[in-house]
Amino acid sequence: MATYCLRTPISREDISKLKVNDVIYISGTVVTARDQAHKRALEYFQSGKLLPVNLEGLAVFHCGPVVKKKDAEWVVLAAGPTTSIRMEPFEADFIENFKVRVVVGKGGMGLNTTQAMVRHGCIYGAFTGGAAVLAAKSVKKVKDVKWLDLGVPEALWILEVEEFGPVVVAIDSYGCNLFLEVAREAEESKRQIYKKLGL
Amino acid sequence: MKTTIVEKTAFNILRQAVIFLPADVKGALRKAYQTEVSDAGKTQLCAILENVKLAERSCVPICQDTGTIIFYVKAGADFKDLNMVEEALITAIRRATEEIPLRPNIVDPFNNKNSGDNTGRFVPFINWEIVAGDSLELTVMPKGAGSENVSVMGVLLPGEGLNGLKKFVVDAVVKAGAQPCPPVVLGVAVGGGADIAMKLAKQALLRPLDMPNPNPQLARLEKELLEAVNMTGIGPMGLGGKITALRVHVDYASRHTASFPVAVAFNCWAARKASARIYANDSVKYLTHKTEVN
Repeated sequence: MATYCLRTPISREDISKLKVNDVIYISGTVVTARDQAHKRALEYFQSGKLLPVNLEGLAVFHCGPVVKKKDAEWVVLAAGPTTSIRMEPFEADFIENFKVRVVVGKGGMGLNTTQAMVRHGCIYGAFTGGAAVLAAKSVKKVKDVKWLDLGVPEALWILEVEEFGPVVVAIDSYGCNLFLEVAREAEESKRQIYKKLGL
Repeated sequence: MKTTIVEKTAFNILRQAVIFLPADVKGALRKAYQTEVSDAGKTQLCAILENVKLAERSCVPICQDTGTIIFYVKAGADFKDLNMVEEALITAIRRATEEIPLRPNIVDPFNNKNSGDNTGRFVPFINWEIVAGDSLELTVMPKGAGSENVSVMGVLLPGEGLNGLKKFVVDAVVKAGAQPCPPVVLGVAVGGGADIAMKLAKQALLRPLDMPNPNPQLARLEKELLEAVNMTGIGPMGLGGKITALRVHVDYASRHTASFPVAVAFNCWAARKASARIYANDSVKYLTHKTEVN
């Protein structure tokens, strides 16, 4: 387990250094995207339209923040991660099309995303679920917001962050998936637990 | 006028609950941090404890999911204006949504329309209990969706009995995995009927984490179940580790001889709750948090 500080744009070489269980802190630009934004981004790509922000080398954050407007500027109050598996149907294409290097969320992602991360040099990082104030603390500025018509939680919030973390690498670019590993071990542990309980 | 004090108190406990984690939960999380051995797990618990501190310091909600608001009311039969309590609680939620603020979470299940104020049909749900006396005790539980989504109930064969219950709990925790934001608190209940088992399981989440079950047999069962679920290795936030659950609380109701309902309710690490008692002379005692503000 090593700790790395990464600054966007993140290169493929940076990504190849990272292994599951490593801890990273991200500085630079992080863009939030949930189900609706993923869906629209892929529709844009298919019809040859450019996204309102170039995501190459950036980190995408599965998050619907609590924000308020203060003197015409947006302030992020709470920005914990949302459940990532909801984005599973979109994430592989999203990584391939937009060349994002880091996906941050909670609860892990599936096999399709893992394979796309291996192919395109990307990692998935777990930010502590519920640690919304900690996440908001690292947001230095809301650089922009796009697609607000999707609603505040679903919009693309383009955030300037400083040492956003700790983010635990849970899927690396070598195909290791910590969440799937832990789930498999938990499933296997059942036999031993039943035995201990005398079942 | 009683309703004013009920509304004010309900607002205060809502604020306490979403911003300040109660001392028993904080204590259990600190102990979990000391006990956890996995690096990834320790990182999560450290982030959790720092987040709790930051929420307190900056007076913002611990988690952006401020939940579905559930009330438990112990109503003294001689408390004045009991018929107006529900309206006062609804008003308190509307005000809390705007002023704290709470994230508007409540939607119509058919057209997905968000009420915008965290109220709706049967929301807040109010669990009433009529007791002797002239005071009113209010408890609020803001319940996040991540942990609610993995709650399970089942009706086992009476022949499977206690062993069936134990297997049911272990299977539920393994299936839930990372989803409920572990380390979790588990409420487990048996008996009554489908609805009663789940009601008791959820209510069991409110018991202070440092208070042992007064029934020695249930206390032993709680310990056995806690050790069992912590053998799954799921760990903090499902990243692997020893601490998957902070506590298991068990409750029961008598059952029909041919029926064995069991229910498991999950609470995330942010096991939020707050209580206060309003007396006949309008004085208020805050029961879970030290003062009106924290």
